[in-house]
Amino acid sequence: MFQEKKRMHYQVEAAAAWSYYMRVRSMEEDQMERVARLASQSAVVIFSVSSCCMCHAMKRLFCGMGVNPTVHELDHDPQGKDMETALMRLLGNGSINTNAVVPVVFIGGKLVGSMDRVLAFHIGGTLVPLLKQAGALWL
Amino acid sequence: MNSSSTQLVLVKRMGIYDPFHQVNMWGDSFKIDGSLNSIASPMLMMKPSMENKTDCTPNESREPSGDDRDTNDKADSKAQRRLAQNREAARKCRLRKKAYVQQLETSRVKLMQLELEIEKARKQGLYIRSAVDVSYMGSSGTINPGITLFELEYGQWIEEQDRHNEELRNALQTHASEMQLHLLVESCMSHYSNLFRMKADAVKADVFYLISGAWKASVERLFLWIGGSRPSQLLNIIVPQLEPLTDQQIVSIKHLRLSSQQAEDALSLGLDKLQQSLVLNIPSDPLVVGHYGFEMAAAMDKGEALEGFVNQADHLRQQTLLHMSRILTTGQAAQGLLAMGEYFHRLRTLSSLWSDRSSDPSFPTQHSN
Repeated sequence: MFQEKKRMHYQVEAAAAWSYYMRVRSMEEDQMERVARLASQSAVVIFSVSSCCMCHAMKRLFCGMGVNPTVHELDHDPQGKDMETALMRLLGNGSINTNAVVPVVFIGGKLVGSMDRVLAFHIGGTLVPLLKQAGALWL
Repeated sequence: MNSSSTQLVLVKRMGIYDPFHQVNMWGDSFKIDGSLNSIASPMLMMKPSMENKTDCTPNESREPSGDDRDTNDKADSKAQRRLAQNREAARKCRLRKKAYVQQLETSRVKLMQLELEIEKARKQGLYIRSAVDVSYMGSSGTINPGITLFELEYGQWIEEQDRHNEELRNALQTHASEMQLHLLVESCMSHYSNLFRMKADAVKADVFYLISGAWKASVERLFLWIGGSRPSQLLNIIVPQLEPLTDQQIVSIKHLRLSSQQAEDALSLGLDKLQQSLVLNIPSDPLVVGHYGFEMAAAMDKGEALEGFVNQADHLRQQTLLHMSRILTTGQAAQGLLAMGEYFHRLRTLSSLWSDRSSDPSFPTQHSN
């Protein structure tokens, strides 16, 4: 009798742990999905933090090119922290600035990356065609 | 000659065999006093003793000649003595003068050597000196090893850069092969990559030092933009020096100019915002002590953000150079790299000329008239 109770107790615990794990995973996936969803809503989407100066530079860069980007300020979003984690996972370790995650740019729903990637594309001459393709720029 | 024999006698009696030793002694007192008068007095002091000694020998030989010739002989001998002594004095004066001039010559040579050494040390030490000037020896008094290393490496980088310039110039003048030019261009590009790597390390060590341009020559600092040159400025230096460009190249360069300008403007605006937020974070009321820690922590974050900007600026510079090398042919790339190297070399030369001018009061300036 006692052993049965114990077994059931373990089973309940295991089930609880598993469901917790599944909830966390779904939350992350939710955030990933949310990020993806937000990213495909406009031609150019910038995930930013309002106090971040590099984000300010990114916004000015696109505005200077005549693009009107959609900006999501993560510090003004209740789920901002989770979204930041999701973005970090998407970026990997490729960027120069490893401290800050933002700014992150999506063009045409596809991930471009941080400021260094954007600058590399712009200097290389591939940013403008990408923007035109996404419909963010007209001649 | 009478005078030389008397002189030898005198010298032997004084117990000094080397006449020049005497002269050097006088030369030494010359140095201390710098006037002939001080020499004259020991001479005067010696004169009476010399007179006594010269008196001894002639008198002994004259005695048996008789009294009626005494007065004439005495007058003669006095005159002769005086003449001899005058000759002596003149001769010694000439020797002293010769020794003095010799000393001046050797000092002049020494001075030139020292000046050369200082110039050499200054070229190395100028970077270190400017680091000391910029107050980060300041409060803690500790030297930042990362920055010291950067300065040493940068000094070596400059020397090697000058060598690259020479090689490029020779290769272009002697119409070297495509392969040779390609190799030179590649080594020059990797040399610049080394610089960016060094700068990245220096940024981690002390971003404020790097962004101040203290490590650059004074005239170079005139063109400073976020710890280095403006990419658009680099294009302005390179493009006029190139061989006739194809239409496609002209278009590409125009696009490159535009995009680098836009990127520069964006980074500059971001940096402006950073500067503003840094100032706003500093507490305006010095009496408010309590929140200082919080503001300092915020200021530290801004320092990290500044690192990001310098890194992005360097990244932009590197990308511009890279893309330029892709647009151009090998020959054009060699010309462009030489033009750039020459330009910075001239800025550095101008800087050292300018500092010589301001430190040398005899250099003719506008204000001296």
